[in-house]
Amino acid sequence: MRVPEIYHPHPAPPYRALPHPLATIRAGISGFPSPAEDYVGRTLDLNERLVKRPSATFFMTVTGDSMVDFGIQDGDTLVVDRSIDARPGHIVVALVDGEVIVKRYEMIGKRPYLCSGNSRYTPIPVADLDCQVWGVVRSVIHEYPV
Amino acid sequence: MIGLVDCNNFYVSCERVFQPRLEGVPVGVMSNNDGCVIARSNELKALGVEMGTPAFELQQWVNQGRIHLLSSNYELYGDMSARVREVLEEFSAGVEPYSIDEMFVLFDGFDAATTRQLARTLYRNVRQFTGIPVCVGVAPTRTLAKLANRAAKKLPEYGGTCVIPADGAETRRLLERTALGDVWGVGRRLVERLALQGIETAWDLRQADPKAIRRRFSVTLERTVRELQGMPCIELNDADRPRDRIMTSRSFGRHTGDLGELQEAIRQHAQRGAEKLRRQDSLARAILVFLKTNCHRSDLPQYSPSVVVELPEPTDDSRPILAAAHQGLEAIYRRGYQFMKGGVMLFDLVDANRQQLSLLDTPERAAQRDRDHQLMAALDELNQKMGHGTVRLGMPSQNAAWHLRCAHRTPRWTTNWLELPKGAT
Repeated sequence: MRVPEIYHPHPAPPYRALPHPLATIRAGISGFPSPAEDYVGRTLDLNERLVKRPSATFFMTVTGDSMVDFGIQDGDTLVVDRSIDARPGHIVVALVDGEVIVKRYEMIGKRPYLCSGNSRYTPIPVADLDCQVWGVVRSVIHEYPV
Repeated sequence: MIGLVDCNNFYVSCERVFQPRLEGVPVGVMSNNDGCVIARSNELKALGVEMGTPAFELQQWVNQGRIHLLSSNYELYGDMSARVREVLEEFSAGVEPYSIDEMFVLFDGFDAATTRQLARTLYRNVRQFTGIPVCVGVAPTRTLAKLANRAAKKLPEYGGTCVIPADGAETRRLLERTALGDVWGVGRRLVERLALQGIETAWDLRQADPKAIRRRFSVTLERTVRELQGMPCIELNDADRPRDRIMTSRSFGRHTGDLGELQEAIRQHAQRGAEKLRRQDSLARAILVFLKTNCHRSDLPQYSPSVVVELPEPTDDSRPILAAAHQGLEAIYRRGYQFMKGGVMLFDLVDANRQQLSLLDTPERAAQRDRDHQLMAALDELNQKMGHGTVRLGMPSQNAAWHLRCAHRTPRWTTNWLELPKGAT
């Protein structure tokens, strides 16, 4: 039986760990061992670096060009963490009138706004909208064609 | 104390996390193969749509845009269920999944105020972290925790969490308001028989003499009485309970990371589960396969995955169940981990006698089903007479594709790179 492919439900363990470069740095010339030596032989795991809380982390694909000044481009993958309470300055995924949008949450004067990273779009005042934060963007993954 | 965390309208809630437009409107989830409703939002319940309603009866409402019907997306539900479990595990080492959307959480060693606070935190965090709304009931026994959970869900004054002690005015009031049929493990036939004795509410049953109940009814019901009195005596996989899901799992004799050994263990569990399914005249729609490493060995790498595989159609036939278990195991297995425990859960059960036949059903398929039925009956009889494992099925090889009808399945938002949700900038 083959139901459409099954993907690993949750990449909790390091799926593909990379070898850590050997630490060759010495602390000064005194010969005391460097703290970095404790990590010799460890491997690096991108999940561990990017996904702080797996249960609350979701990936999302970006559409549109309104966030390019914040380094978020059409087609990029966002790492969204729902366990963080949104504060001004965070890039958030918000539900606005039933749509899912990505903006920067800012306070202008004493009023909250959703701002774009593109001068062609003006800030949207939140007060007049049915708006809810879905999650906070922790990082963006941009893959280059190679 | 034992907490029960129950996800509200779980399948519909999973869909709503990624489709905010489904919020507040009637939504149903359909089984993919037999085309009937297997999950409903509150709005759909309010329209009088029952579980098991065939999709074609609702087609007109769908066309009018009054309701939304979605195909089931078990991959999504399995992933969201694992996330809920993970959030709970941040608070308690004792989390026992009871079904895909219900989990018992052990709350030991807290005073009453802390317990209440913890229940609120679980309620809030699961909702925030995963997007799934839940209710939390906490009490000294599983039966009372179930009852508290029901109160948390149905009675607005509790606001989603309800903590009750073994005794006291509040516990009494709740038990008095709970009909017998809503007590865990009390089926319809028992309700009728108990009514003849003048026992009509959970409180009446609690007041009954456990020994007399044992004589007149069963040990199982006696345990329910004691549980209602606040004395824990039901284990999670109590064999005598009628089930809405079948769990078979066990710790391995020793740690193992060998795929062959794991396959053998999962095969046994799946076959045992299928036998239990046939004994209680149920069919399953889906199977969950899980593995666990030893969480007490922090020196070893930890990995406790689970996955849900949908069965090609509701079935009690060991062969497709084994095939699905095998496929699930392959999907979650990773080398380099020492597993300590594994098992399967068969869920979304339907009554075998009330099974809706697929629209695609043909006389040939009906005849095939009869033959399958006889084969399974023969298998069970042999195993019963000659001892377990006399006749066993091997793990099937991957072959024939099954045709799934899942035209309305939503994307696998969390488990497929090509189907991630979109965020417009």
